[in-house]
Amino acid sequence: MAIVAQSSKTRRIRRATLAWIVGLLFFYPIFWLVLTSFKTDADAVKPEHLLFFTPTLENYLNMTENYDYWRFATNSIITSVFATIFALAVGIPCAYAMAFNPSRATKDVLMWMLSTKMLPAAAVLYPMTFLTKSLGLFDTHFMIIVVLMLINLPIVIWMLFTYFKEIPKEIIEAGQMDGVNTWGEIKEILIPLAWGGIASTALLCFIFCWNEAYWTVRLTTTDAATLSKLIEGNRAPEGLFFGRLSAVSAAAVGPIVVLGWFCQKQLVQGLTFGAVK
Amino acid sequence: MGQIVLEKVSKSFGETQVIPPLDLTIEDGEFAVFVGPSGCGKSTLLRLIAGLEDTTSGTVSIDGENVTEVSPSKRGLAMVFQTYALYPHMTVRKNIAFPMRMAGLSEEEQDRRIMAAAESLNLVDYLDRKPGQLSGGQRQRVAIGRAIVRNPSAFLFDEPLSNLDAALRVGMRIEISEMHARMKTTMIYVTHDQVEAMTMADKIVVLQSGVIEQVGSPLELYSAPRNLFVAGFIGSPKMNLIDGEEAAKHGAKTIGIRPEHIDVVEDGGIWMGTIGVAERLGSDTFFHVNGTGLAETLTVRALGDVALRHGDTIHLNPRADEIHRFDAQGLRVS
Ligand SMILES: Nc1ncnc2c1ncn2[C@@H]1O[C@H](COP(=O)(O)OP(=O)(O)O)[C@@H](O)[C@H]1O
Ligand SMILES: [Mg+2]
Repeated sequence: MAIVAQSSKTRRIRRATLAWIVGLLFFYPIFWLVLTSFKTDADAVKPEHLLFFTPTLENYLNMTENYDYWRFATNSIITSVFATIFALAVGIPCAYAMAFNPSRATKDVLMWMLSTKMLPAAAVLYPMTFLTKSLGLFDTHFMIIVVLMLINLPIVIWMLFTYFKEIPKEIIEAGQMDGVNTWGEIKEILIPLAWGGIASTALLCFIFCWNEAYWTVRLTTTDAATLSKLIEGNRAPEGLFFGRLSAVSAAAVGPIVVLGWFCQKQLVQGLTFGAVK
Repeated sequence: MGQIVLEKVSKSFGETQVIPPLDLTIEDGEFAVFVGPSGCGKSTLLRLIAGLEDTTSGTVSIDGENVTEVSPSKRGLAMVFQTYALYPHMTVRKNIAFPMRMAGLSEEEQDRRIMAAAESLNLVDYLDRKPGQLSGGQRQRVAIGRAIVRNPSAFLFDEPLSNLDAALRVGMRIEISEMHARMKTTMIYVTHDQVEAMTMADKIVVLQSGVIEQVGSPLELYSAPRNLFVAGFIGSPKMNLIDGEEAAKHGAKTIGIRPEHIDVVEDGGIWMGTIGVAERLGSDTFFHVNGTGLAETLTVRALGDVALRHGDTIHLNPRADEIHRFDAQGLRVS
């Protein structure tokens, strides 16, 4: 008995230590980023000032005054929120249909959706840019919302599909017998029952939208430019403004890190497709 | 009103035909039971009536109206599922109110019917609980409550009692029978348990591999089974089936005699054998008799406690007018 308890205790300690090491390893770049954002550009590159320096808010003030941080932030919020809403609006009925009325093609359709994620974005860069410009949608919120929605749709549908699959089919059938139409089934039964899963999916989709950089950088200039574009824009060619770049980056990832922190449980559930209960 | 007519209805899942074309009429107010071994297509047939499955061919009519293409929500039927299928996110009250809310009934009317249903089903104290906080029997009552409040033209039950323990099952069986006697609404009840079928039904539909073997009242099936399958399926313990010489004496390929129609006599019986197992229930004794030369074992039901034990010789007299005769195709010869 004692030996078992002992060994399980050492194992626990070992596991905790390992978790901490891995955690710190991943956390270090963010820690460095935040630290650097409070340094002057001159201090930022000096190793002797890695931990000890005179903190300054200059970078942040500079960012909000000269770079219009709030406009980029607003654009990020608008595009991410609407892209998420539309992705759910399309994804919920779609996943519903596949989960409760599967056909022989359902598996293939799901695989096909996922396969679109395997296409390198660069492969369609030229046609996309051309299309956007010729439609007059370059640098518009609309275009960014559509693009963000489309690139996240496969994962949204997959996640929702997995959640919906867990709902017994009989409950939906009971609803049909009780006189609801398809929309009623979704609104009265499916959404309330899969609420946790839908929230996880929405959260993850929102984060992916917020962090998206490939298209938001390439399809915008100013009007619809998101925080990714702001970071990109501060990657100044004239020199290494590490302090400034760090401040911009910290301010860009800040909101999403805070959001993620508060929704940890939902996120873990979302990422593991509900396998962890 | 709730007369249900199936004409040439068939169902295939992909290549496999689960139900070959069949005709069936269930009269208004009737308590019909679909009975048969597991996997014979009872649920599928019920779901075809409900509209939860599309027919492969044929038509389903309710009260003379062809509803083959009508969605389940518009057929005006209520269903009670084996797994209860309650809405887990709603309280008992909301579960029962749900079909009425969908039908757009007024709040007062909803409340009135919820209370009436809750009283008749002993659910008054549980109205504000979620299904997860109820026992199996209570969940089943909620499912029944949800079905009755909307006054459907017919009730469909798919093995509603098979997840309950034996004692509860008997109680619920009686409650459902009483409900039918009171409401006089058409009910279709699916079960694999022939005792449920016999005790509840006005009309029993015996199914095997999607084929209707016989339709009739419990007593018709008991006293005049149309073929060997029905003969063996209806009645407990099973009918004894005897082939060979003894059957030939009666001019049949196979004869059948129920355990309760064989009398135990002191001596001088037509048949005799050795007692294998004796099951004593107090009211009856079931003897499993070996070495009769008729069938491997013969089951005999004697009233009360009969003082014969394992290994004793038993003398038996079958009642001649209770012998069922079947031909080489297994069909009844009258
Ligand atoms: N959705 C389905 N897809 C394919 N086969 C099915 C489906 N539903 C039922 N079956 C098959 O149809 C037969 C009858 O099933 P079912 O009606 O559930 O039988 P029962 O209710 O009498 O036990 C079974 O062999 C079953 O495997
Ligand atoms: Mg079944």
